[in-house]
Amino acid sequence: MQTALLIEQILNGLQFGVMLFLMAAGLTLIFGVMGLINLAHGSLYMIGAFACATVAAATGSFWLGLVASLAAAAAAGAIVEVTVIRRLYDRDHLDQVLATFALILIFSEGTRWVFGSFPLYLDIPPLLRGALPLPGGGAYPAYRLAIIGVGIAVAVGLYLLISRTRLGMRIRAGESDREMIAALGVDIRTLYTVVFALGAALAGLAGALVGALQSVQVGMGEPVLILAFVVIVIGGIGSIKGALVGAVLVGVIDTLGRFLLPVAFATFMDASSAAGIGAALASMLIYVFMALVLAIRPQGLFSAQG
Amino acid sequence: MMGNPRETILNLALVLLLAAIPLVATGMGEPFYVTLATRMAILALAAVGLNFLLGLGGLVSFGHAAFFGIGGYVAGIAATHAFNAEPLLFGLPGTNQMIVIWLAAVLLCGLAALAIGVISLRTSGVYFIMITLAFAQMIYYFAISWPAYGGEDGLSIYVRNGFPGVNTLNGLHFFYLCFGLLLAALAVFSVLRNSRFGAALEASRQNQQRLAAVGIAPFRVKLVAFAISGMITGLAGALFADLNRFVSPSMLSWHMSGELIVLIILGGTGRLFGPVAGAMVYVLFEFYLGGVTERWQFFLGLILLGVVLFARGGVVGLIAGKARHG
Repeated sequence: MQTALLIEQILNGLQFGVMLFLMAAGLTLIFGVMGLINLAHGSLYMIGAFACATVAAATGSFWLGLVASLAAAAAAGAIVEVTVIRRLYDRDHLDQVLATFALILIFSEGTRWVFGSFPLYLDIPPLLRGALPLPGGGAYPAYRLAIIGVGIAVAVGLYLLISRTRLGMRIRAGESDREMIAALGVDIRTLYTVVFALGAALAGLAGALVGALQSVQVGMGEPVLILAFVVIVIGGIGSIKGALVGAVLVGVIDTLGRFLLPVAFATFMDASSAAGIGAALASMLIYVFMALVLAIRPQGLFSAQG
Repeated sequence: MMGNPRETILNLALVLLLAAIPLVATGMGEPFYVTLATRMAILALAAVGLNFLLGLGGLVSFGHAAFFGIGGYVAGIAATHAFNAEPLLFGLPGTNQMIVIWLAAVLLCGLAALAIGVISLRTSGVYFIMITLAFAQMIYYFAISWPAYGGEDGLSIYVRNGFPGVNTLNGLHFFYLCFGLLLAALAVFSVLRNSRFGAALEASRQNQQRLAAVGIAPFRVKLVAFAISGMITGLAGALFADLNRFVSPSMLSWHMSGELIVLIILGGTGRLFGPVAGAMVYVLFEFYLGGVTERWQFFLGLILLGVVLFARGGVVGLIAGKARHG
């Protein structure tokens, strides 16, 4: 039974990591190509979740909701890019932080205005409601396995997009020399909008997928956003491979820490204080891990810029 | 270096205005405005700390809520132990004396800033922003999941801590205490900015290689600046806890870090009185917009966006004109 529990926790960690990857991939792509730090990425995640919950409630279909989440987040991303973000590429990071912080305030209050303060709920689609047996006894929810599958598919898809297609070639060219690619006749403004919308759509997808596991509410994107920052700092800003490795590491370390630390402390102290101290330390674990990584490699594990 | 004369006049006006608000409010029998002015002074103090790092050193710390919150928790924990007459650590008693609390808060925040700074300052640019944010989140989550001092619910201070010769329960007296500390911090800021150290800090922002070439290690300069900055913000945190008689993890949250940056930008980055102007404008916004609409944060976001995109000098820049480079 103990091994089954451990396997279950590892899978939970993977699922969490995959979800972080969907967020981190967009963030790191936007930073790598446009040099922009986007705090409002968590708002796009929230928009995806709200769009999915609203459409799923209206039509009764989770899958339509999923499509709506992609469309809504991508559209919101494109609108924000054209109206605000575009003016920030030449500014310093401080201006970018502030402007996107302002966007968070606007998005959060705006969403609360439209949907009210009560959380929305999103049901897991009937197709994925079951559980699959695990080796060593126990069972694991099919929906969470499906999230892991989606994450792997997105990772492969992004890899193919960036290494094999014309758009990917332009993205890579934009990363290394934006003046040159503009001089070669590529419409850099449209390219930026497309990249931003792509990152936004991934964040919206993550929000919709997680929306079925947790409640859909204002502010849901913020804890995830900060974890996604930790992920890309660990992985190396601008590197999608780094985002994948960092996300899985953070997901697994965080989940296993919460599971194992209280157990470990219980071996030499009484149960209730072990649970308290274990939980408190577990919540800090990934930040300690990040500090360790940075102490050894200040540019992250797979830095895109040398 | 006195800056331009218009800025000096504006600075004087700001100080006099802030000092006068509580007097007028008390005269009119409106004690609430005294609290509002105290809030302005304390937030300004916290922002002066951050301005040291952000304005002079060009280091965007997105985790200063950590120091603000640590300062607050020092006040809260010390007061709780004094109230319950339980020993705190190693048999040391809690205390309800502000001076002791301030010293403890400043000391602890200095140490925390050194620890965070040693790691964070190895990086720069976006990495620095995110790492300071991550460290603040680490402390935030620790405060939430550590049940001994209220966890998520926070910690109440039943009686405001005392200061010899001052009745801190009187809002006016407490205001002038905070105001005095704000002026002291501004004086420290001004002296340090015009000192050799301040010149080195500004040089580290402009060109690290040149600074290193003249024989000053940029890392050490920045680390000291980070520590001083954390100490001032921590002191403000202790006062803030005493003002509200309450500490909660929200003082450590990243919204708080964002707010502190907003105060500086609203006022004018790197200006001596930028944080004061910023805090006054911000608290007024919060109060008046909050009175008009529940959705005031929405409009705050719009205003902030407008300031960042179109009015980069902030309030001081708008009134006093461009900063002199120096």
